[in-house]
Amino acid sequence: MSHLVVITAGMGSPSSSRLLGDRLADATLTALGAAGQQAPEVRVLELRDLAVELATYYTSHVPSTKLQEAFDLVGTASGVIAVSPVLNAGVNGLFKLFFDLLDEGVLKGRPVVLAATGGTARHSLAIDQAMLPLFFYLKATVAPTAVFAATEDWGSAEAGLVRRIEQAGAELAELVTTRPATDYADEFANVPDFASLLGN
Amino acid sequence: MQIGIFSVSDITTDPTTGHTPSENERIKASVAIAKKAEEVGLDVYAIGEHHNEPFFSSSPTTTLGYIAAQTERILLSTATTLITTNDPVKIAEDFAMLQHLADGRVDLMMGRGNTGPVYPWFGKDIRQGVDLAVENYALLRQLWTEDVVNWQGKFRTPLQGFTSTPRPLDGIAPFVWHGSIRTPEIAEQAAYYGDGFFHNHIFWNIEHTKRMVDLYRRRFEHHGHGPADTAIVGLGGQFFMRRNSQDAVNEFRPYFDVAPVYGHGPSMEDFTAQTPLTVGSPQQVLERYLSYSDEVGHYQRQLFLIDHAGLPLKTVLEQLDLLGEILPELRKGYAAGRPAHIPEAPTHASLVEKAR
Repeated sequence: MSHLVVITAGMGSPSSSRLLGDRLADATLTALGAAGQQAPEVRVLELRDLAVELATYYTSHVPSTKLQEAFDLVGTASGVIAVSPVLNAGVNGLFKLFFDLLDEGVLKGRPVVLAATGGTARHSLAIDQAMLPLFFYLKATVAPTAVFAATEDWGSAEAGLVRRIEQAGAELAELVTTRPATDYADEFANVPDFASLLGN
Repeated sequence: MQIGIFSVSDITTDPTTGHTPSENERIKASVAIAKKAEEVGLDVYAIGEHHNEPFFSSSPTTTLGYIAAQTERILLSTATTLITTNDPVKIAEDFAMLQHLADGRVDLMMGRGNTGPVYPWFGKDIRQGVDLAVENYALLRQLWTEDVVNWQGKFRTPLQGFTSTPRPLDGIAPFVWHGSIRTPEIAEQAAYYGDGFFHNHIFWNIEHTKRMVDLYRRRFEHHGHGPADTAIVGLGGQFFMRRNSQDAVNEFRPYFDVAPVYGHGPSMEDFTAQTPLTVGSPQQVLERYLSYSDEVGHYQRQLFLIDHAGLPLKTVLEQLDLLGEILPELRKGYAAGRPAHIPEAPTHASLVEKAR
C-alpha cells in the first residue's frame, strides 16, 4: 500500500477542514491497524498553498512543478480524503479548481472519502449536491459514509461526529485494502499503434 | 542544425505605447522580419495559420511565396498548417506551387489547431481532430507521391482519377513535420511515417517536452525508420535579449505582464523558470538553448518566437541582430559532441539526392 492523501481546501490556517481531514486520516490508520495492515504514510495537500499556481495553470496552461507533484501524489495514492468548506451551497472555488485541473482518470477507481465543513448542519447537503456528482464523474470509488462537520459538532458532547469519522475511516480502510487503485498512467502510457488509427 | 524563427502572427497592442499595429503593418512587418532572418544567417522562417482574430496569417503560402521572391537562401515553413480544417487537396497543391516558386526552399508543419470555434467555420468538428489529422494527412501524402489518385474516406468527397497540380518539384514532396504539444497520437503519426516531430515547447517545461520527444523517438525506431537518436526533432522557444541582462528584464516585463498568452498569470520569473522563455543576455540565451540537447537528444531544428506580444518591428529586428551575433556560437554548441550518424533535417536537395 502506498500513501493516503488528505486534500483540504480550508481557507484558514489551521482550518476546520484540515482538522477534519487529519481526524479522518487517523481513523483510517486506526482501522487499518485493527485489521492488521501496516500503516501507510499520510500526505497532506493544503490547496491554499497551491492557490496561485492553480489559478495560473487554469489560465495559462502552465503546470508548475509543485502542482505536478501534487497531481502525482493523488495519482499514486492508495486512498484519498477530500475535504472542502461549504460556501454558497457548494464546495469552495479552491476545491473545484483543483479537481477541474486534475487529469481525467487520476481518480478512476481510487477510494475516496468525502467530507465538508460549514457553519451549521444546514450546509451538509453540499456533499450530496456538489461533491458526489463531481467524484462520480471522475469515477472515484466513493466511501458510503461522507462526513460533514458543523461548527457545533466540534464542541458537542454527543459523539455523532466522532462516530461518523470512525465509520468513514473504517470504510476507507476497507476500500484501500480490498479495492486497491492502480497508479495513474498518463496519456503517454498507452499510445495506440498508428495502423489502428489508420483503420478507424 | 537548422536555427530559425516562427511567428504566430498575433496583432497585439504595444503596452508601452498603446499602439496597435494595423493588419497591413503586421503583414508587411512579417516580410521584413523574414528578410532580416535571412540577412543575419538564420536557416528557417516559419509562419502560422489562423482564421481568427487577433491573428493575421490566414494564408501562409501567399506570404511565403512573396518572401520566397525576396530571399535567396532561407528555408520557408509553417507553424502550423492546419491538416484538420484544410482540404488536403488544397494543401497538396498550394505547397507544390510554393515549392516550384521557391526552388524547393519549402517544408511544412502539420498541426490540428486548438481553437474549437474555427472547426465549424470549415465544416469540421474539433472532436474529430485526431481522426481528421490522420485521414487528411494520409491523403495528402498520396496526392504528392501518386500521380493519379483514387481515394475514398470519411471526411471529404471521394477522388477518382485525380491528379493534384502542379506535381511536387522534381517529384519530391516537401518534408513534413508534425507539431503537437500533448497528443501522443500525433507523435505516433510522425514516427509512423518517419516524418519530423516538432514540439512547440513554449508553454511547457522541458520535462514534459522530453517525454513527448522520447515517445516519438521510441516509435520512430519501432516503425523501422532507424535508431531513435536519428529521428528528426524540432523544438520551439522564445527569448528576449539585451546585451545587459537587467535591461532585457526591464524592457520585456511590461510586454510579458499583459501579453495575451502569458499575461495576468505567472510572474515572468516563474514563467522563465518553467518554460524555455529566456529573458536576459545573449550568453544566457545561448546557454539555455544549448542545454536542451542534453534533455531531448541531438535535434535538428530550433525555432524561436520573437515577433509577439506587441513588440514593435524595430525591437524584433534588434532581437534578430543579437540572435545573428550568437549564431556561430549556437551552431558550434549544437555541433559539439554530436555523433556523425545523427542526420540533419531533410531538405529538398537531400531528398532529391536520396531518391536517386
